[in-house]
Amino acid sequence: MDFVSILSIFVMACFVGYYVVWSVTPALHTPLMAVTNAISSVIVVGALIAGAADGSAVSKWLGLGAIVLASVNIFGGFAVTERMLAMYKKKEKK
Amino acid sequence: MEAASSSWVSLAYLIAGVLFILALRGLSSPATSRAGNRYGMIGMTIAVVTTLITHAIASLPEILAALAIGGGIGFVTARRIKMTDMPQLVAAFHSLVGLAAVLVGWAAYLNPGAFGILEGAEIAAHSRVEMGLGIAIGAITFSGSIIAFLKLAGKMSGSPIMLPGRHVLNLGTLALIIGLVGCFTQDEALWVIAAITALSFAIGFLLIIPIGGADMPVVVSMLNSYSGWAAAAMGFTLHNTAMIITGALVGSSGAILSYIMCKAMNRSFISVIAGGFGAAPEAGGGPAKEQRPWKRGSAEDAAYIMKEAETVIIIPGYGMAVSQAQHVLREMGDQLKAGGVNVKYAIHPVAGRMPGHMNVLLAEANVPYDEVFELEDINGEFAQADVAFIIGANDVVNPAAKTDKSSPIYGMPVFDVDKAKTIFFVKRSMGGVGYAGVDNDVFYMDQTMMLLADAKKMVEDIVKALAH
Repeated sequence: MDFVSILSIFVMACFVGYYVVWSVTPALHTPLMAVTNAISSVIVVGALIAGAADGSAVSKWLGLGAIVLASVNIFGGFAVTERMLAMYKKKEKK
Repeated sequence: MEAASSSWVSLAYLIAGVLFILALRGLSSPATSRAGNRYGMIGMTIAVVTTLITHAIASLPEILAALAIGGGIGFVTARRIKMTDMPQLVAAFHSLVGLAAVLVGWAAYLNPGAFGILEGAEIAAHSRVEMGLGIAIGAITFSGSIIAFLKLAGKMSGSPIMLPGRHVLNLGTLALIIGLVGCFTQDEALWVIAAITALSFAIGFLLIIPIGGADMPVVVSMLNSYSGWAAAAMGFTLHNTAMIITGALVGSSGAILSYIMCKAMNRSFISVIAGGFGAAPEAGGGPAKEQRPWKRGSAEDAAYIMKEAETVIIIPGYGMAVSQAQHVLREMGDQLKAGGVNVKYAIHPVAGRMPGHMNVLLAEANVPYDEVFELEDINGEFAQADVAFIIGANDVVNPAAKTDKSSPIYGMPVFDVDKAKTIFFVKRSMGGVGYAGVDNDVFYMDQTMMLLADAKKMVEDIVKALAH
């Protein structure tokens, strides 16, 4: 992919992000932060490439280190979000 | 990867990106939020599996071990963490994204072939810019989040630490980093990228230490945003749509939250970043405070008056979180409701140490979310309310924000508690003032009764008195 098409995806995604985040209810801003934390760990993709590749031992170990860090975030972020969201309940109808 | 499968791979990453958008979309209402979180998990699984099956893997056992170790730590932490500790957990998680970005950037620098960013024998110039920026933003996110974490966890003083000449120092360092990224496009020497990394670690640290505890909601949101931009920069390096979409989403999410927080404090983003807010007033500075009369109430008074009330609006703040009073507060609310009182909770956008902090704590204590209201939705109701019950909040109910132009919190939207018939103000002592360090007229109003005790202890006593 050339730079311009990547840039267009990025710019569009910024707009999508803008509108989607404004529609998030303020009551869920903490889960929002936790889940954005989890998804920003998609950086694990880069870590996996580095960890999987042959050629540079240092690069491989840096990649493996990054996999550990990112997976703490992925599992931790999604799990804590799930835990928080499970607590939000409506008034019980009597 | 071969050309034939490459469009499928891009498609898979695109689907992952779309699922992440749906994950955030779900948060528009508590009812759809859990489905949203599942979409996020599916998206992440797609991204990871796609990467693993499309790359030749020289070290599968190590990778699986790394995933298991990190995943285990993350999962256990997420299960064990107390809800009141959520702000520091989020700050800690941000620091990990930042550090991961730095490590990935360095790995790409050392093994550019694996990342497909070589142009001839050298790394392509645009990739160097993206890599340099990714490392810089990642490093700032890392060291800044570490400081935020230490401050939020109380392992470091929450008051601002002011270095002399820090504005010049910070701007100089930032300019130097940008200069070095420019230099990196010409010369891919190791020292350049090492200097970028070191200076960025330093600036993250310098940026956050002068910022006080009360501004932490802005800082946490801002670092959230940075972690997104770091991921996006790495996405540019790797030409990976999932990373770019996610980075843009997270980046804008954090930026919007910072904006909401700043607006709720009527402060500009620049003034928050410049730091120093909430510093202890200088000795001898300002006019001496006159002693004004105030009334002290007891738990029995509060119980008696609230029992007779038609509407009670409860305003929780950071103090409630500190004393873990949310569960007993809900008990109090239940008892009042059982007696026919209409109980509502009012939450200021900057209550607590991160956006939405109070909502999570109340949800933890089983307060139904349809009893919890935002500032603009409930502020009109104080005039009809019999009781405003303030617990652990202070600046967000200070009328000086509306009337006193010289007040540091002037212009901040506040609750109109002064319109309620009776005000109960749960506070540890009369001595302390809010984070902004300003006196609060509400203490001295005719209809105010100060309930001086630890928040949890006081509410427990009220619950006991209500049972009688």
